[in-house]
This record gives sequence, C-alpha cells and structure tokens, in this order.
Amino acid sequence: MHGLAEKVNRVVGSQRRGQAMRKRHRGGARKLLSCTAMSDADPPDPAPEPALAPEPAPAPPRGRDLVRRHGLVTRLWHWTNAVTLAVLLMSGLMILNAHPRLYWGHAGANFDPAWLTFAEGADGTAFPGWLTIPSTYSLADARLWHLTFAWVLVLSLALYLVWALLSGHAWRRLVPRLRELSPAHLWHDIAEHARLRFPAGAAALHYNVLQTLAYGGVLFVLLPVMVLTGLGMSPAFDAAWPWIVDLFGGRQSARSLHFLSAMALVAFFVLHIAMVLLAGPVNELRSMLSGWYRLPRERGDGA
Amino acid sequence: MSGGGKLIVSRRRLLGAGAAGAGGLLLSGCDRLNGASGFRALLQQSEGLTMRVQRLAMGDALAREFTEADLSPTFRANGSTRVDDAAYRAHVAGGFAGWALRVDGLVQRPLDLPLAALQALPQRTQITRHDCVEGWSAIGKWQGPQLGEVLRRAGLLPAARFAVFHCADRLEGKPFYESLDLIEAFHPQTILAWRMNDAPLPVAHGAPLRLRAERQLGYKHAKYVMRIELRESLAGLYGGRGGFWEDNRDYAWWAGI
Repeated sequence: MHGLAEKVNRVVGSQRRGQAMRKRHRGGARKLLSCTAMSDADPPDPAPEPALAPEPAPAPPRGRDLVRRHGLVTRLWHWTNAVTLAVLLMSGLMILNAHPRLYWGHAGANFDPAWLTFAEGADGTAFPGWLTIPSTYSLADARLWHLTFAWVLVLSLALYLVWALLSGHAWRRLVPRLRELSPAHLWHDIAEHARLRFPAGAAALHYNVLQTLAYGGVLFVLLPVMVLTGLGMSPAFDAAWPWIVDLFGGRQSARSLHFLSAMALVAFFVLHIAMVLLAGPVNELRSMLSGWYRLPRERGDGA
Repeated sequence: MSGGGKLIVSRRRLLGAGAAGAGGLLLSGCDRLNGASGFRALLQQSEGLTMRVQRLAMGDALAREFTEADLSPTFRANGSTRVDDAAYRAHVAGGFAGWALRVDGLVQRPLDLPLAALQALPQRTQITRHDCVEGWSAIGKWQGPQLGEVLRRAGLLPAARFAVFHCADRLEGKPFYESLDLIEAFHPQTILAWRMNDAPLPVAHGAPLRLRAERQLGYKHAKYVMRIELRESLAGLYGGRGGFWEDNRDYAWWAGI
C-alpha cells in the first residue's frame, strides 16, 4: 500500500518536474520543491514529499521553482469563506436597507441622532439590487440567508482557528516576527509595495509583514469582531451573554461596528484582489486551487 | 515573450471575463436559489439550530434592564399604529371600560379579564430595550401582570404547548396574531403591558394591552391583544406558522436573533 502510494507520487512528481523543466527558458537541474517552510503541516495532502526521496539534499528554492504554498485545509477554508462572506455582505446590505441609519450606544431609532445615514435611491432602498441578496427588497429573505450563512462562518472560522493554532500554521505564517514590526522594516515593505516591487525568489516563500498583518488581522481580529458584533445585536444572546454588548458599548454600537468591520473586510477584499492581479493572477489562483505556486523570478534574473 | 506568454495573456482575459460573468451569475443565481423551495427549506433549517443554541446559552437569563435615564426620548411606534375596527374604536372612546381580555383554548377555566382585573394582579415593571427586526432599538418602561400569572389562573390543560395572541389590528386585510411557546410565555419578563412610560398604553403602541417578550425581536410583541388562546399546535391556525409575519413574510417564528 505504502509502496504503491510512493510509486504514484514519484510518477506525479516526475511528471510535474518534467513540465516545470519544459516551461523553463533556461536549462539547469532545478528541482520541483515542496518547501517545508511554506507547507501547512497538512496531512491529507502529502503528495509531492516522497518525490524528493531519491534526490540528494535539496538546494534552496529559487525564482520560477514550483513550491507547495497552500495546504488543503487553508484552500478549503479560503473558498468556503469567500462564498460565505460574499453572501453575508450582500444579504447584510439588504438587511441594512430596512433601516439605513447607524447609531452609537444601546438604543437608536428614527428620532435619535444617527452618525451615518444612507440616502435612499430611486427605488426607495439605500443599496441597489446588484449589491444585495435577494436583489429586490425583502428583509425576511435576507435574514434567512444571513442567519444561515452566519452559521457557516462561525463553524468554519472556529474549525480553521483551532486547526491553525494546533497545527502551528498560525504561529508560522500569520503572526509577524518582532523584528518585522520595526518602523524601518514596515516602511521598507510599504515603500516596496507602493513601487509594485514584490518579494521574489526565495524571499517569496514567506509572507512579508504586510501580508502577515493583513491575513492575521482578518483571521484573528476582523472575522471574530464580525461574529461578536453580530451576536451583540441578538436580544436572546444579549440575555445570555451581556458582556458581548458591554464590550461594544451597546446594541446600536455593536450594529455600527458590525457595519464598519464589514467595510474593513471589503477594503481587505479590494486590496487582496488588486494584489492578486498585480502579482500574477494565474499563479496566485493556481496556488489557492491546487496548492502549487511558482516563485516569482528574482529581479535582474529575467534572461 | 514566447508562446507561453500569449497563453498567459489569454488566460488573464479569460479570468477577467470569467469574473464578470461569475458576478452576473452569482446575482441571478442567488435570486433563483431564493425562489427555490428546496433551498429555502434548507435556509429555514438554521432557525431550529439557532433556537436550540440560544435556549441552551440563555437558560432562564433575564433580558437586560435599564434605568429611567436610559429611556428613549421618543419611542417609535411601528407596524399597526391604529385599528379601524368599529368595536375597537368604541372601546377607545369608552376608555376600555367595557373591554375584557379573553383567555381560552386548552385551559381549565376560560377567563374574561377586564382591564381593572389585569391591573389588580401582581405587577411587574421593567425598563427594557425593544429591538426591531429592522435594526433600530428604543428603550421604554413597561408595566403589567406577568403572562405566566394569567396562565396559571386559567390553569393549563396538559396538552397546551403554545400561547397564541389574537389581536384587534389587521394587516393587508388579515387579522394579526403572534405566538410563544410555554418557555417564553412563562419567562418572568414576559408581561401583558397596559402601561408604558408611566402612562396608559397609547393606541399607537397597542392599547389596551400589548405583549412584552423581552428576549425576542419586536415583531413578537403583539399589540392590541384581545384574546389569548392556548393550543397544542400552531398548525391549522391561519397560515400555520404561528404569526402574521411568519405566515406572510417568512419571518422566523423564533425571533431571538
């Protein structure tokens, strides 16, 4: 059984290696690498590891090498999350259509001062149909979608957080190193990103500090805040766990923060898609579908 | 660039077109799913899960109570704010002097409780936050007898499972009604309020009597309550889903979130 699996893996590995070699412009005996630094300690998807067995000690990966970037758990969660958050955002905007005013504190209604009021369009709703689920006004239907997909978010987020913390993925990939947080390092990374000069070659094996902060911020801050502020709007959970409402300073504050953290997630999404497009959408998409990522070529290595 | 470069460009175009197409498909797809009875049934499944988890989490916990200082300056009246029925208008004109709340169905002693009798029962006063399903909240002070006390006086028959609140108002030509199961009905903060903010309940807020079910969203808090019927099941009553909004808009019967 084990022998057969290994044989299959070797064949797969050598096929992939062959493809990688054919696509390369330059010759050289570069290897297909499963980079342990990047792998997610993800047991269900161990395919390429044994392919390295016959090789001598692997050389460090370089630009244009294929490396394993995202483990199966991460990929499954990423796409579940993408669909779930899209549904939650669009159904959430429909729910906001029912009362497009935001307040601070415990209470707030039409006669109270709102800190944000959305103007209603020609159809009488604040958010147009192409942004909402369903596309025509229905608070009840939007709540059916929102409160069902909220369960999908809560359960998938809880499972992923437990996995990320227990497997070490969180510490390895999603928490910045102390030295990376120095102002000089942060400024350097921001300046490089602003010039659209992204890490290449072996440097692209690791998330840079801006990626770490963005992904870690979504996973450990924004998504938990979405869940907690959502619970904070529920009269039953307010009876059960009043500390949640107290944490945010009232039900209407929780509702406002629910909206603001949703907008922060939208901002993340816009930046995320922009970076994927700038960094090479095919390579990035492949790495989140199959797990395989081709390291960007080092600058000045474009022979 | 070689042929590989061209391939990447066309793949990029494909991705762009795919993303635009996916956006359109997503929208029309969601609307189609929204109309599909099987998918709706799936979405409705989550209501039971939410109710069980919330019941487990809150047990007998009380809804938060506030102080006089927290009262909303103006408490918004929503849903029905008047009743056109002639008998009801006559009761308003007469200060509800000849009016009585009917308690019947699966009870040992059907009751007719005039307003004075409800006012003579032990009273509970609470300042609570009213959370509308639309998203707004208002804080008000409510006073009235506990529903549990009224039900105990009527004496429930063993088969009773739900308290149904039949109301004087009509929406879209249909009589308004709501319902609670016995857990929420006997919760200490579930009261039949005849007094709001230290004054008799105004017509806009459901005079002479409205339900307060403080761990539920506002649409459960039936106004203009005329009759409380104890039932074994909600099936067979109007749309069978336990309330006007539930029957006519697919609102969840469990309104804890």
